Amino acid sequence: MSETTPSTTGTDRVKRGMAEQLKGGVIMDVVDAAQARIAEDAGAVAVMALERVPADIRAQGGIARMSDPDMIDGIIAAVSIPVMAKARIGHFVEARVLQSLGVDYIDESEVLTPADEAHHIVKTDFTVPFVCGATDLGEALRRISEGAAMIRSKGEAGTGNVVEATRHMRSIRAGIRRLSTLDETELYVAAKELRAPYDLVLEVARTGKLPTVLFTAGGIATPADAAMMMQLGADGVFVGSGIFKSGDPAQRAAAIVQATTFHDDPSVIAKVSRGLGEAMVGINIDQIPAEQRYANRGW
Amino acid sequence: MSAPRIGVLALQGDVREHRAVLEAQGARTSAVRRPEELDGLDGLVLPGGESTTIAKLAHRWGLLEPLRAAVRGGLPAYGSCAGMILLADRLLDAPADQQTIGGLDVTVRRNAFGRQVDSFESEVDVAGVPGGPVHAVFIRAPWVEEAGEQVQVLGRVSGGPADGRIVAVRQGSVVATSFHPELTGDTRLHRLFVELVRAAA
Repeated sequence: MSETTPSTTGTDRVKRGMAEQLKGGVIMDVVDAAQARIAEDAGAVAVMALERVPADIRAQGGIARMSDPDMIDGIIAAVSIPVMAKARIGHFVEARVLQSLGVDYIDESEVLTPADEAHHIVKTDFTVPFVCGATDLGEALRRISEGAAMIRSKGEAGTGNVVEATRHMRSIRAGIRRLSTLDETELYVAAKELRAPYDLVLEVARTGKLPTVLFTAGGIATPADAAMMMQLGADGVFVGSGIFKSGDPAQRAAAIVQATTFHDDPSVIAKVSRGLGEAMVGINIDQIPAEQRYANRGW
Repeated sequence: MSAPRIGVLALQGDVREHRAVLEAQGARTSAVRRPEELDGLDGLVLPGGESTTIAKLAHRWGLLEPLRAAVRGGLPAYGSCAGMILLADRLLDAPADQQTIGGLDVTVRRNAFGRQVDSFESEVDVAGVPGGPVHAVFIRAPWVEEAGEQVQVLGRVSGGPADGRIVAVRQGSVVATSFHPELTGDTRLHRLFVELVRAAA
């Protein structure tokens, strides 16, 4: 039988399974190879390659796009951990380019300027897996039905303010708990209200969890922020501007990694939080006009 | 004997899946993040995850030496994917400072099959596992490049560009696979390990 053993790539199991391997870990935004090495040394489970961290995109304005392929190649060459990269919402050509570069995961991200105001990328067409942001359960299930193999809370990237990530984590988790209390007839109505496929709604109601991992993202700036998100039910943490916009990135990155692993032990979080230097300054959400909030992008 | 106690290294990775499969085979499981949590264990599982992250955290929290001592002292151990890397005595394609627990006289190559777009599912015949080939999920998986004389090769990839590569090994009471049986619902490898733990206890 040996010569005919079939071998298949790009299956749901391989895509979702990759994200399962990242659980309990921290994925860090980096803009060059030097930052990627700092992240790997600090214990990141993966890096996210992007052209500017969200805080700079927010400050500088303009259109935010997929990164330069040379920059992504440089990061892939610099580290042995997985490399993710961001494509604009709906920009299926940026996604094809990223897949051809050999990135390990694509983030179809609201942090970049959307390329399509109605449609997300059909992610089932790709071999590379995708992670997508969500603010509530319906949005998470719509992304999964398009082929997302990993979900993260959107939060509000580039603010250093964890309040929106908290809102989204609580909303997604509460939505899951609510489904588990409904009977079959009620689940049809729930699917309609969630604007999500019935079979996925039924699966979540039966299993009490999403069919993919659920990470958190958007505003995590301190070890305590990361630990709080883990206790709210996140499987792992994305940190964007919070590390490389702080006073001592290497030390803060290592501290957030440890606080994520020991998220239920306040004495560890206290220990790693000492002497970290300045956290990023941060922005209050109510000072950001609604049309400039990234979490409102995506449909 | 009563249910064996198996610790799962819980610094990072797919800990939950391993614990669920082990419990379904009649083991009692616990999470291991600190040296004292190794006390009283009958077996140890090193899960899938990011091996560089797990090794760094183990080093930073003083767990590496106690883990080495436990495996050297004969504690049965099973590692999948990153767990195989952690059990290897020698690594290829790893950062120069990456440490391992060791216990298997093998050289393991990290990310040997390629990047995530090359991750795949296939069938692998595993010696000692009855009932036909194991459905194996390889995710940025390592392989065993060289195995010492004391190492028993349990399974190899068949077909494709990596035909013949070693992906399942055993040395004494230490077992490792490149692939992730914890993700497939096929419980036979975990059952084999729980039986090994029972026999050793």
